[in-house]
Amino acid sequence: MDLIGAAAAWFMDPAHWNGANGVPYRLAQHVGISLVSIAIALAIALPVGLYIGHTRRGQALAINLANVGRAIPSLAAIAIVVPFTQMIDPGKGFNLYPTIIAMVVLAVPPILVNTYAGIAEVDRDLVESARGMGMTERQVLRSVEVPIALPVIVGGLRSATVQVIATATLGAIYGLGALGGFIVEGVAQRDDGRLFAGVFLVAALALLAEGGLALVQRRLSGPVSAAAAAAAAQAS
Amino acid sequence: MIDWGWIADHVPAILGRAVQHLEFAAIALVVGFAISFGLALLSVRYRPAYPVVAGLAGILFTIPSLALYSSFVPVIGLSLLTVEIPLVLYTLVIYVRNIVAGFDSVPAEVLEAADGMGYTRMQRLRAVELPLAVPLMVAGLRVASVSTIGLVTISGILGSSFGGFGFFIFERPNFATEILVGAVGSIALALLADALFGVLQRRLTPWSRLNVELEMAKTGRSAAQATAAV
Repeated sequence: MDLIGAAAAWFMDPAHWNGANGVPYRLAQHVGISLVSIAIALAIALPVGLYIGHTRRGQALAINLANVGRAIPSLAAIAIVVPFTQMIDPGKGFNLYPTIIAMVVLAVPPILVNTYAGIAEVDRDLVESARGMGMTERQVLRSVEVPIALPVIVGGLRSATVQVIATATLGAIYGLGALGGFIVEGVAQRDDGRLFAGVFLVAALALLAEGGLALVQRRLSGPVSAAAAAAAAQAS
Repeated sequence: MIDWGWIADHVPAILGRAVQHLEFAAIALVVGFAISFGLALLSVRYRPAYPVVAGLAGILFTIPSLALYSSFVPVIGLSLLTVEIPLVLYTLVIYVRNIVAGFDSVPAEVLEAADGMGYTRMQRLRAVELPLAVPLMVAGLRVASVSTIGLVTISGILGSSFGGFGFFIFERPNFATEILVGAVGSIALALLADALFGVLQRRLTPWSRLNVELEMAKTGRSAAQATAAV
């Protein structure tokens, strides 16, 4: 099994670096789709998670919804919206929109749950003393709860991002291209070089995101949350 | 938009695919558990093995399933094994972590008490450690069942004798009714398995209702499971 050799030879061919089916274009496509999906998921999950964590209202509902979202197979999530989005736009509605919708469904649960859990796990004494100092609820959330919960929130963002990068390959079944395109074409054409080049690129991108966000998370769990905790403790 | 006539004409085929979907998933869940149980016992008894086992299983998990399914075809051809080998490999990381976590959750005092009462290692394992580890094992079974049911859908890429409900998703990409039947069927099976094992899990740990749900939501598809959805 000379898969590495086949993939290396595939990468060496300049033809594979040009045009809409080339590595740079599809890599950019993959990153773009992932970023858009994550941005939409953040816009939904962050406010809801902050609200639930701060007020402790609707916890059970949020958790159960997150578990339902977690259980939905991504390929099924793509397939189930295809007929509907296709009515709106026969081109992008066949692959781009369904993939993004499925990626949002995939990314919301980890971000939502980590945001909620991170905020809810902040020491109640700190929150009470912040209130005692005359902070408004908004200030409590912004200057006490969020800074302390930030590493946990970023942890949710991290697992969501890695999952989205890996799973966005499924869009290629519907002709989306991106990095999954190499895998689907490699399978269809029995071209091992192309197939494993695709696998390698997806895995590398996922690991890069994982490493990068892990680094951010570690930075945040150091000084920022410690300082916030110390400030709040001092205030009390 | 939905061709109800097609659905009415294909009830036996739909039921057949449902059975196939559950069969593929069940075989992988049972075989995967047996292998993982061995690996977990090894990891608990001989701790240095754990990072190696978990690391290797984690790497397997990052291979996109579209690729893994197809890469066994040249080697073993198309048979039940072509689906089951990848499915079993994907369950390992989920199971091993949860089984090891289950054993780790047994308090040291409990183990000492058992030792003090003169239990042999085997007796202690069977009568003390296993029962206490069961709730976390069931949590693992729940995550693995949902993940495996999703992955069976993708095995439709291997052709018309595979896929369970995924067959309907792959067969004719322009026929909405058939795609919806495949998608709704896969989702229904995954939700059903999640609910079923969720009930079992709550029965086993009635004292921590919401906590169990929260842990599930948090760990369900976390880092380890990263790429399995593919």
